[in-house]
Amino acid sequence: MTSVLSGAAGPYFGAFGGRFVPEALVAALDELTDAYNKAKHDPAFGEELARLARDYTGRPSIVTEVPRFARHCGGARVFLKREDLNHTGSHKINNVLGQALLTKRIGKTRVIAETGAGQHGVASATAAALMDLECTVYMGEEDTERQALNVARMRLLGATVVPVTTGSRTLRDAINEAYRDWVANVETTNYVFGTAAGPHPFPEMVRDFQCVIGQEAREQMVALGGLPDAVLACVGGGSNAIGIFDAFLDDAGVRLIGCEAAGDGVETGKHAAAISGGRPGVLHGAMSYVLQDTDGQTQPSHSISAGLDYPGVGPQHAWLADMGRAEYWPVTDSEAMEAFRLLSRTEGILPAIESAHALAGAVKLGRELGSGATLLVNLSGRGDKDVGSAARYFHLLDEESSQ
Amino acid sequence: MSALTDRLDAIRGEGRSALIGYLPVGFPTVERSVRAMVAMVDAGVDIVEVGLPYSDPVMDGPTIQVAAERALQGGTHIVDAFTAVRAVTQAGAPAVVMSYYNPMLQYGLERFAQDLVVAGGSGAITPDLTPDAAGGWLAAARARDLDTIFLVAPSSTRERLHLTVAETTGFVYAASLMGVTGERTSVGAGAERLVAATRAAGAPRVCVGLGVSTGEHAADVARFADGVIVGSALVRCLLDHDDEDAALDALRSKTEELARGVRRRT
Repeated sequence: MTSVLSGAAGPYFGAFGGRFVPEALVAALDELTDAYNKAKHDPAFGEELARLARDYTGRPSIVTEVPRFARHCGGARVFLKREDLNHTGSHKINNVLGQALLTKRIGKTRVIAETGAGQHGVASATAAALMDLECTVYMGEEDTERQALNVARMRLLGATVVPVTTGSRTLRDAINEAYRDWVANVETTNYVFGTAAGPHPFPEMVRDFQCVIGQEAREQMVALGGLPDAVLACVGGGSNAIGIFDAFLDDAGVRLIGCEAAGDGVETGKHAAAISGGRPGVLHGAMSYVLQDTDGQTQPSHSISAGLDYPGVGPQHAWLADMGRAEYWPVTDSEAMEAFRLLSRTEGILPAIESAHALAGAVKLGRELGSGATLLVNLSGRGDKDVGSAARYFHLLDEESSQ
Repeated sequence: MSALTDRLDAIRGEGRSALIGYLPVGFPTVERSVRAMVAMVDAGVDIVEVGLPYSDPVMDGPTIQVAAERALQGGTHIVDAFTAVRAVTQAGAPAVVMSYYNPMLQYGLERFAQDLVVAGGSGAITPDLTPDAAGGWLAAARARDLDTIFLVAPSSTRERLHLTVAETTGFVYAASLMGVTGERTSVGAGAERLVAATRAAGAPRVCVGLGVSTGEHAADVARFADGVIVGSALVRCLLDHDDEDAALDALRSKTEELARGVRRRT
C-alpha cells in the first residue's frame, strides 16, 4: 500500500503546525531545517546515527510480552516496546543523538534544552558529554523538586541546570526560558527541543529521529505473528507516541491510541489533556491544541507526571486527532498510578509514570476487546526517577526512612 | 496614511526622532495603567505601545514578564487594551497595540482589527508573528488601513528584510540586539547597521527598540532611527513604586529624560 500518512512533511499538518516565532529565531530555524534536510539525505549521517543507536543506545530495543499484566487487560495479549531499556532510560536519547549530531554539523558549540521529568534533560546532557558540547538545561523549579535525582544526574554529566522560577514553574516555563536563551545566544547555540512540538522543523525532525521505535516494533510484531490490533503510547508533547505511531499510520487496521494526562479528571479542569480538553491555538511556535482561556492565555496544566505536564501537544497529533486516524484518551493520575503498580507487581518492570498512562489505556482497551486482541504499548521510559513520587503516592515510606 | 505615519513624518520634519513608550495594560491595574500611559504622553512620549499581557511572553525579559504576570493575575482582558488605546488617542498620541499572536487569534483577527479601529488605534506590533505566517492578520488589518508592524533582527537575512519591509506599514521595528526586552547598559552596536540595511531594503521608517533605557541611549539611537522605543525602563518606574503618585512622578521624570534625549543634537 502507498504511504500517505507515514513520514508526513511539515511545516503544516493539515491546519496545524507552522512557525509562529520571533523574527530573531527565523534564521536559526531556517539553518536547522536546511542542515536537517541535507543530513537526511546524507548516508554518512544516517550511518553515524545508526552506529550510535546500536553501540551507544543499545538498539534495537526489545519487545516483551507481559502475560501476567495482560490478565488484567481482559485477556488480550500485551507487548511492550522497551524504550525504558535504552541508555539513559527513555526514548529521549533517540532524538538528542540526532540533534546533537546536527549541532556539530552546523558548527555550534553549545546546546540548550528544556525538560519536565528530566528525561530529555538527562538525555541532552548525555549527548553533550559524548559529543563535547556545552549544555544548559532549563527546568521548572517545581519539577526540579519533583525530580531531584535527575537534576543531580544532569549535573554529574557536566550540564548546567537552571531552575525556572517564573509562571507555573513547570515545563512550559522552562520552554519559554530556553527560547529567551536561544534568542540571545543563537550564534553559538542550538536548541535541542525534546518533543515533536514547537515550530518547524521540530515536529517533523523529532518525529523522524523517534520513528525508529515504530519501525523496529512493527517488524518485531510481524515476526511474532502479525500486526497488533492497537498501538498505545502516552502523549505529553507526543514524541514517543508519534515515534511509535508513524510506522503504523498507513496500516488502516491498527488502532492508534494516545493517552493524555487527565490529572484529576478532564471535567475538574486540573489536567494536561490538550486534545481532550483544549482547543486550537498557538503556543510555543506552532498551531495545535492548547489548554487556554477565552482570551488565549495558556492555562496551567496538572499531572502527577512531570513529563506529561504540558498544556500543548505536537501538531501532527492534532492533525491525526482531527482526521480520526488516532484516538486520544484521557487517563487520570489514579488510573496511571494503578497501572504503574500493576506492571511493577505482575512483571517486575517499573515503568515511568508517563508510560504508565499508556499502560492504563491498555488495561481499558484490553477489557473492551477481550482475549482475541493484541496490544502493543510503548514503554517510553523506566520508573527509577519516579521511585520517590510513587513511594509517597502509595505511602510506602516508613516513618523513619521518610525523615 | 495613518495617524501613526503622519506623526512620524511630522516629527521627522522637526529634525528629531520620535519617542515611543511601551506599558502593559493592566499593570498594576487597568485604571492605573491607563493613567500612566496618559501621564507618559503628557510628559513627552509621542506614540504609545499598549502592551497586551500574555501568559508566555518569550520575547520579554524579567521586568515585563513580572508586570504581565501581575496584570493577568489582576484579571486583565483583551478588551482592556482597547480602553487604553482610546484614552491614549484622546490624550493626543497615536496608539498601537503590542500583542503576541494567540490572544489576537482567540479574540478573532477580524474582531480584533475592528475593535482596534473603533478605539482609534493605528495598528499592531506582533513580536511572535512574522509576515510569512500572518495571512489572516494582514487581511484583517489591510481591510481597515491598520498598520502591521513587524520586527527585524540583527539575524535577519537580506531576503527576510525585503520580505518584512514589504509587508510592514507604519514603521519597521528593529531589534537593536539578539535578545529579549530589558534595560541594558548600552544599545547594541549592530542597531545602526540593521537600520541601514532595513532602509536599504526599502523601509521608509525604522524605529529601534530593545535595551534603550536612558536619555543617553535615546540620543544615540536618535542619530540614525526614526523612533526610539522604550519599554522596560518605563515599566520599571511602575514596578519600583507601589504608591501611584510616586510611580507617576518616576515615570514622568524618566519620560522627560528620554524626550530630551531624542531632541539632543549630537
